[in-house]
Amino acid sequence: MSSRTGTDTDVVVIGGGSTGCGIARDLAMRGVDVTLVEKGNLTHGTTGRMHGLLHSGGRYAVSDQQSARECIEETRILEDIASHCVEKTGGLFVQLDEDDDAYYEEKLQGCRDCDIPAEELTAEQAHEIEPYLTSDVKRAIKVPDGAIDPFRLCVANAADAERHGGRVETHAPVTDLLVEEIRAEYVVNATGAWAGRVGEMAGLDIEVRPSKGVMTVMNVRQVDTVVNRCKPKGDADIIVPHETTCILGTTDVEVDDPDEYPEEQWEVDLMIDELSALVPILEDARTIRSYWGVRPLYEPPDTGTTDPTDITRQFFLLDHAERDDVGGMTSIVGGKFTTYRLMAERITDHVCEQLGIDRECTTADEPLPGSEDAGVLDDYMDAYGLRSPIAKRSTKRLGSKADEVLETDDPNPVLCTCEAVTRAELRDAIDHSGTDLNAARIRTRASMGNCQGGFCCHRMAYELSPEYDERAVRESLDELYQERWKGQRHALWGEQLSQAMLNHALHATTMNRDRDPANDEEPGIEYGAFDAGPGPDAEADRSATAAADGRVRSDGGVSDDEKDSSENGGTGKQEESTRGDQ
Amino acid sequence: MAISDDVLVIGGGLAGMTSALAAAEEGVRVRLLSYKKSTLRNASGLIDLLGYADGGIVADPFEAIPALHEGHPYERVGVERVREGLDLFDESVGASYLGGHTDRNALVPTYGGTVKPTARYPVSTAAGLASDARPVLLLGFEALSAFDAPLAAEHLRAAGVPFDVRGVSIEFPKRFRADATAMRFARALDRDEPADDADIGTRAALVEEIKDHLDGAERVGVPALLGDEDPEEVRGTLESGLGVDVFEVPMGPPSLPGLRLEDRLYDALDDAGVRVRTGNPVVEFDPDDGYITTVYTDRNGQHVPFEAEEIVLATGGLVGKGVKSDRQAVYEPVFDCHVPHPEDRYEWFRDGAFDDHPFARFGVSVDRDLRPLDADGGVEYENLRAAGSVLGGYDLAAEKSGSGVSIATGYAAGRAAGECA
Repeated sequence: MSSRTGTDTDVVVIGGGSTGCGIARDLAMRGVDVTLVEKGNLTHGTTGRMHGLLHSGGRYAVSDQQSARECIEETRILEDIASHCVEKTGGLFVQLDEDDDAYYEEKLQGCRDCDIPAEELTAEQAHEIEPYLTSDVKRAIKVPDGAIDPFRLCVANAADAERHGGRVETHAPVTDLLVEEIRAEYVVNATGAWAGRVGEMAGLDIEVRPSKGVMTVMNVRQVDTVVNRCKPKGDADIIVPHETTCILGTTDVEVDDPDEYPEEQWEVDLMIDELSALVPILEDARTIRSYWGVRPLYEPPDTGTTDPTDITRQFFLLDHAERDDVGGMTSIVGGKFTTYRLMAERITDHVCEQLGIDRECTTADEPLPGSEDAGVLDDYMDAYGLRSPIAKRSTKRLGSKADEVLETDDPNPVLCTCEAVTRAELRDAIDHSGTDLNAARIRTRASMGNCQGGFCCHRMAYELSPEYDERAVRESLDELYQERWKGQRHALWGEQLSQAMLNHALHATTMNRDRDPANDEEPGIEYGAFDAGPGPDAEADRSATAAADGRVRSDGGVSDDEKDSSENGGTGKQEESTRGDQ
Repeated sequence: MAISDDVLVIGGGLAGMTSALAAAEEGVRVRLLSYKKSTLRNASGLIDLLGYADGGIVADPFEAIPALHEGHPYERVGVERVREGLDLFDESVGASYLGGHTDRNALVPTYGGTVKPTARYPVSTAAGLASDARPVLLLGFEALSAFDAPLAAEHLRAAGVPFDVRGVSIEFPKRFRADATAMRFARALDRDEPADDADIGTRAALVEEIKDHLDGAERVGVPALLGDEDPEEVRGTLESGLGVDVFEVPMGPPSLPGLRLEDRLYDALDDAGVRVRTGNPVVEFDPDDGYITTVYTDRNGQHVPFEAEEIVLATGGLVGKGVKSDRQAVYEPVFDCHVPHPEDRYEWFRDGAFDDHPFARFGVSVDRDLRPLDADGGVEYENLRAAGSVLGGYDLAAEKSGSGVSIATGYAAGRAAGECA
């Protein structure tokens, strides 16, 4: 198989999402020589495009109790080993007056069956927790849902894999499984919705059923807990608070191609229309963008489920030696983000067995880099000359790495005001991701707030200098600005349309990035055809005239220069005299 | 009893202020109502007239304007009004702006590191024109992340400028907190606050730091932060200390040249006897047989009436909230004037960030007297005119025509209102 490297390794893991990064970490911790390859950035695929919900399992407590049990166990583990990626928001399943009582009872019982702590709340108690809930609330169930930053989690897993001797190659697309540029004993296909594509390269038929879903990002947190509508499966039934935003989700529509599918207006409108029933202020709230992800759903051949909502969320380990007589490769498909670690553990067990390695999994016990010392976050309020809200947020993102990243003698201005990202933090990200500013963005959240990069994309790009030359900086800026634009297209009304016009004016009008002569093929501008200034005397003359009569031009006091050019223009002073007659 | 005037201008941006000045020239009683801070604080302070047309750069906007499509605000008012509007602008701002000596556009370096065509420029930017052959030193400050001088210099070279240009980043002589904006730097220079590591003021310390880097440069460009209250004195001190010209590179918000322009124009309004009320939105109006007789502002829940013969709507575009939208429609919120737009929200934009976006042209359509037109092409109100970016039919960002349209239509609307009143 080909990639940019030409090295040998025991195991190649294909896919830099949560599962792939988790597998790489687990293998590396068990002493296996592992190389992870990812065609884009880490989290390039589904992981980077989810809603950030850390499932208590409550969502599956009726329909899929095995997944529900796995979720609550894994949530507990992640709260522990990845504390800097997790916000323990808690979650509510809210029943409205019109919703079915029987389902509510089933949900409550299901949570209890699966050992998910579930507390019943009256409408009044629910409103105390979330005051913006509709007055139609009948009652609610409180569960330990949370919010998680998938980017930070993947980066931490990959960093830990490297710390244990693994290699991580991003921007390394797998093009062929036969060309031996990386020679590996064993291949793990952890490409989620793309598993079928990778399988095809080895002549394997892997029946993933990618299903798209929209996530609509609000500009503020209308809610601080995860709010679920307590009714059987349905679109647009969850609101997840995430950093400074809330994310509304989602839809569930099977697609043929995980790279090419329509992003549709009805999906965005549905989020707002449906979820306004739960939290009415959403109707007129500002959304800043929408994005889509594809679920890597899988079902065993011949199951024949028609509605993607009904396809199981469990994961499957497909040993292609057993299944297809193709040795040396296993695919992991299905499953969900919350259980990524468990999936990694299972497949690592399997790979170790194939390789004859006998080591226990320790990923549930060892904290990830950044979460080693949970107490460390409290000590930064005044450190590094950062004002406290900035300090709070950057140290929360950086976890125990804060010291190393933020300690600098140089000025450390805030580059992204919306998300409180300083130069030091962005430079640290650039050290890892080079000119790929979208990768730096997902590490830091810079450009992900209200202005969607209008006020900070260029500041971020300028940090690439002087390591990278001007053309590279310009190209990176264009790429980031375009990526930010892509998501905003689905939020272009009200405040965000106003913001978009402001951004357009700043980047096109003030900076002239849309007509930048540096982008012209040929040197486009004839500089001599433009005004070179009034000359040394003109300034003095002009102010003298202005001071003398307060009127510079309309009294007919016109310079030679002007006469010439008005003749060229064919208009000008002739009209001046008629002005009073009109 | 309502407060009564001849002309009432709604909106305190460039178009509104120009309207009020033009109306006052007609010798009538003028009042300007402004709700929020004007968008001038977002603007570079450059007065763009027409920088691009038909996809190409425009050296002489007065040649290009007559060829603009029907419905463009310049086509509506005609090129002579554009000239007269600029005359009024030049009078109002006096020696603080240059560019009136020629019809040709000037090319001014932007903080994005490129150049852009503009018709009038603050005197503080004049030494930076790109058609001037003298070598340039660009100077940036480490703590000011929106301008990277070495990078901007490299970018200008890529844009083929006809002069030598170098850039250096230095530390400003005084340190501010992490989220300080250009305003804080300007204040330090205004007051000549003491430098951190020396017994001298920030101005002298800055001169000392720059001197070492001059190396033959005949002009020095710095981000636009050279003073808020007394920019000429700050710049003068640096120029005499360095012995070369110093110019400002216009920056994004908060933009000092934009704010300085706002101050100048408010002074001009004051001199012209225009009464200004700020801080309260217009929330209601009385129509009567095709005329607007009274508008009401909301002051802490109290509706305050204002009567006038003629009214100018200069409330701004999408940015200034003179044009608003929801998921279903685009509308003009004060008088509900018709705003043409595609019904399908996904037709409001294009997929490329710098494509030709329909939303950039959103605004009211007007007749040649600048009166807003309803969906059937009839006049909305006989005594209502619109000016500035509340107008549709032009893309101020792509054309680089925002300030020019505000001035030309503001002038035309204000003058017509003054004549009719």
